Amino acid sequence: MKYESQKIARLYFIAALGLFAGQILFGLIMGLQYVIGDFLFPAIPFNVARMVHTNLLIIWLLFGFMGAAYFMIPEESETELFSPKLAIVLFWVFLAAGVLTVLGYLLVPYARLAEMTGNDLLPTMGREFLEQPLITKVGIVIVALGFVFNVGMTVLRGRKTVISSILMIGLIGLAVMFLFSFYNPENLVRDKFYWWWVVHLWVEGVWELILGSLLAFVLIKVTGVDREVIEKWLYMIVAMALITGILGTGHHYFWIGAPEYWQWLGSVFSAMEPIPFFMMTLFAFNMVNKRRRDHPNKAAVLWAMGTGVMAFLGAGVWGFLHTLAPVNYYTHGTQLTAAHGHMAFYGAYAMVVMCIISYAMPLMRGRIANSNRSQVTEMWGFWLMTVSMVFITLFLTAAGVVQVWLQRYTDTPLPFMIVQDKMAIFFWMREVAGVFFLGGLCVYLWSFFIGTDAEAARDSAKVLVKSSTKEYSKETAIA
Amino acid sequence: MNETFTKAMARNIFYGGSLFFILVFLGLTYHTEKVLPERDHRENITEQVVHGKKVWEENNCIGCHTLLGEGAYFAPELGNVYKRFGNSKAAIMAFIKYRPVDGIKGRRSMPQFNLSDEELEAVAEFLKWTSEIDTSNWPPNIQG
Repeated sequence: MKYESQKIARLYFIAALGLFAGQILFGLIMGLQYVIGDFLFPAIPFNVARMVHTNLLIIWLLFGFMGAAYFMIPEESETELFSPKLAIVLFWVFLAAGVLTVLGYLLVPYARLAEMTGNDLLPTMGREFLEQPLITKVGIVIVALGFVFNVGMTVLRGRKTVISSILMIGLIGLAVMFLFSFYNPENLVRDKFYWWWVVHLWVEGVWELILGSLLAFVLIKVTGVDREVIEKWLYMIVAMALITGILGTGHHYFWIGAPEYWQWLGSVFSAMEPIPFFMMTLFAFNMVNKRRRDHPNKAAVLWAMGTGVMAFLGAGVWGFLHTLAPVNYYTHGTQLTAAHGHMAFYGAYAMVVMCIISYAMPLMRGRIANSNRSQVTEMWGFWLMTVSMVFITLFLTAAGVVQVWLQRYTDTPLPFMIVQDKMAIFFWMREVAGVFFLGGLCVYLWSFFIGTDAEAARDSAKVLVKSSTKEYSKETAIA
Repeated sequence: MNETFTKAMARNIFYGGSLFFILVFLGLTYHTEKVLPERDHRENITEQVVHGKKVWEENNCIGCHTLLGEGAYFAPELGNVYKRFGNSKAAIMAFIKYRPVDGIKGRRSMPQFNLSDEELEAVAEFLKWTSEIDTSNWPPNIQG
């Protein structure tokens, strides 16, 4: 870390992890409500718990992305951040908006919240993931604009790199696509059509640019591979992401009233959406194999490889599983969708944010890397969370298959609630896996408090000395 | 990827490819908008349907149910509920109206939203209109 203003990222990362913990707690509540239907009813009905669960996810990932940008942009641009003060002010504004919104969900009936916050003025609420009151949405736009301005000015006055350009395109795209959340046509079909311009073009579009640039940044730092090589990979990954992902939006247009040619377009292009994720996996493993030094931060390297693999499995493989229209006809809106959503968000976005946190946090605390003890604990957290998520996904997949079999792909379809009862065993197992995930998260969070600066310095020095005498592969990385 | 494939080429594929597909996507969106009226029967969107959609949104129904397969997977699909309830608005209204305030012991239960009669009518009308959208024959059967 070379610039003082990079330290602002620390605030953002701490908030991100705090909200992440909240997200997991509400996930466990919902998981229990799946099997004990009246758990916390009517205090926290399922729809409220779900809104908190998904909105916390979005907010903490945004905190993570912003923190990552504040850390990366000064270093890439080789200059201090344009306005550290603005970054701190926006942090508190965003945190206050986020916390107040979640409290609003929990303490006020949603209809009353809509009334209080001016939903009559411009009805935007009550749509999945975009449940935020109008004032929160306006707040998000203001924060996003201030943030993009701040990092944008930094990029403009400093060195321009491919990583910072791709990151900026991703962040500007994120802000621009969010504007569609204010567009809520009275016609449900058109409402859904443009709703996906926020949701799909975020997670299967511009967010992949952010993901790619974060990963590329960490890989340059921990492997020492030539920037030229890394940047060429980055360009190809994000090119494939948008080439497949934009028309891939069509896989959401199969059954909402849009014309039927979307079944062909959506199937063909979204079937190719795993490609960029597969490339990310190759990218991470290749760069690590061709490394020109051993970085003392082994945990960050693990996260970098992990996010590639898990994003490919969750977003790529589990997405492909039900993306072809003839398959999706039977699986649309079942637990298979939930299975895919969980592993994809964790693998692609949660893990890449934890990857940059793992790399950046020790540096901001004046260390090259954390002590061995701390890193081993962090890696335990990694494995516990990741393996738990694999099991959550497998159990939800099993539940989804049962659901499709009994309710959809059959001559004698059973009613929804009857089928849900038959899936209970899988919901229970998912909940157990969820408890393990929470355990993993606790271990992960605990790792931040292990080891002194002196211990960290000693352990890092050992790796660096060893690395300086070691012969690294002479052949250059696959260009 | 090797030496003959340069960074400049990769960059051009990214910018060129993305721009091309953005334009194709916008073109298809334009076409979709043109043919949509035949499929969404927008001539039947009355003031009551519009009101019903707002009631639907302001009570966060999507937080438990799916509508045309999108939403939460905790409660039944409602895109075809009008047909599942025997083409009866009255049945939909009665179901929403008589949900027990304290739920059902050990079971999932829809909250009591205390909707007015006007709101109940509107939401039922909205669900009736939704059931008539041409969804390419989705869901596969009446159970949703």
